[in-house]
Amino acid sequence: MSTPANSMIVVDDLRVRFADFDAVRGVSFRVPAGGSFGIVGESGSGKSTVMRALAGLNTVWDGYLEVAGRPLGRGPSPDLFRLVQMVFQDPYGSLHPRQTVDRALSEPLLIQGLGDIDRRIRRILDDVALPATARYRYPHQLSGGQRQRVAIARALISEPSVLLLDEPTSALDVSVQAEILNLLADLREEHGLTYLMVSHNLAVVAHLCPTVGVMSNGEMVEILSAEDLRAGRTQSPQTTRLRALSTELG
Amino acid sequence: MLVEISGLTVSFPARQGRHVAVRDVSMTLGTEKLGIVGESGSGKSLTARALLRLLPPAAEATAKALRFDGIDVLAASEKQMGQIRGRRAGLILQDPKFSLNPIMTAGDQIAEAWRNRRKGSRREAREAAIDLLAQVQIRDPRRVADAYPHELSGGMGQRVMIAMMLAPDPELLIADEPTSALDASVQAEILKLMEDLVSRRNMGLMLISHDLPLVGHFCDRVAVMYAGRVVEELAASELAKAQHPYTRALLDCMPSLTHPRPRLPVMVRDPAWLA
Repeated sequence: MSTPANSMIVVDDLRVRFADFDAVRGVSFRVPAGGSFGIVGESGSGKSTVMRALAGLNTVWDGYLEVAGRPLGRGPSPDLFRLVQMVFQDPYGSLHPRQTVDRALSEPLLIQGLGDIDRRIRRILDDVALPATARYRYPHQLSGGQRQRVAIARALISEPSVLLLDEPTSALDVSVQAEILNLLADLREEHGLTYLMVSHNLAVVAHLCPTVGVMSNGEMVEILSAEDLRAGRTQSPQTTRLRALSTELG
Repeated sequence: MLVEISGLTVSFPARQGRHVAVRDVSMTLGTEKLGIVGESGSGKSLTARALLRLLPPAAEATAKALRFDGIDVLAASEKQMGQIRGRRAGLILQDPKFSLNPIMTAGDQIAEAWRNRRKGSRREAREAAIDLLAQVQIRDPRRVADAYPHELSGGMGQRVMIAMMLAPDPELLIADEPTSALDASVQAEILKLMEDLVSRRNMGLMLISHDLPLVGHFCDRVAVMYAGRVVEELAASELAKAQHPYTRALLDCMPSLTHPRPRLPVMVRDPAWLA
């Protein structure tokens, strides 16, 4: 297939099947370089499965995936990890409890064979607005927001082009969520990053992503602009329903 | 008054002196829906747990009054507390995965809770369990009664949990983040269900949540907690007109679907809020 040169992420007719369950049934979308694309949908709709295929965490898929002009193979590759990094929902679960922040941040650099470790760690801690003293702390000595900053720092330290954000703020208090969302917006601008974000919270997704894909039952039933989503100009009944639930409680 | 809390203080031993996690909290609850909101560490869960005397062993609770239906919870015997917990007052926690017994069917767990307070045969208890599953809007209650927790989805598990808590016909339901682990659509259904059951059975509901709009939507009254204190208490319908700067900041820092802002305001914590 032909790809416009400015697409950072290309997903074309992605299909994922677990045993006899079709988790993703032919999903296609693209994200331009420097853009942000949000995927919303209920649990079981397949949104995280799409992300995990792009992250190389899922080796069984059909279709075509491409990041930065390079087609992805099935399964993890060091090349891919250089380009694509992921931030998970629960920073407590994604950081090794017996590793200091320093160790968590050095490891990707050692794996990628990147030098200048000390300077890179100091700079990334500064980028995510963590005090230099956090460097020798363990995860349990940090607050939830600080832990998520460490997880973001670890994702960014190998200088990827793409960040995959899987519910990055849903385990956080709203005041901390605001800080992390602002941080993600700043980092995107400073580092020219491309984001793919999965969340059940429409307001959070629309805040960070100008384009939103709605998934239901393994299919992407609608792709619309955040503006249309905000204004209620929705096409599919699933989108209309998700939006109604979100504004009802909002 | 179903619940009377006056001057409740909960503290833990710390390296120096004691760490006070709940400070001089007072609230009352009748047959109504009271929401307690606050961020993690604000003391909202500890307040509810103190009422059932379910605090961690290291915690120390003192109060001018801590009463459930007139019973002095701080002075009650363990036997008296056993009559309250799980019988007259039910507690629903965030994740049904951890609060249901994994090796007992849903129906057996509900039947056991039912027999806790009522006399009846096994057969009667099972029929009651199936009836309760139907009341929490489970479409196929007989099948679900025979299912083990791992065979149920999160939303189904939480319905089973609610059915179990309702089985002894309690006067008070304490729900601590009951829907945080669930999807938005399931969340709305479960809350609607609790709202319905509570008003139909004339119960009191204490809904603990970090989600201000959600609590505002489902409760009659809201108590906002910050750093162990109740900083503001107001009618849920007045939430948008909250006065306390902390409540205002909480409302303000959430992204809104309908009112976009390029940047979210960051909460600046005023030391005066601690006074």
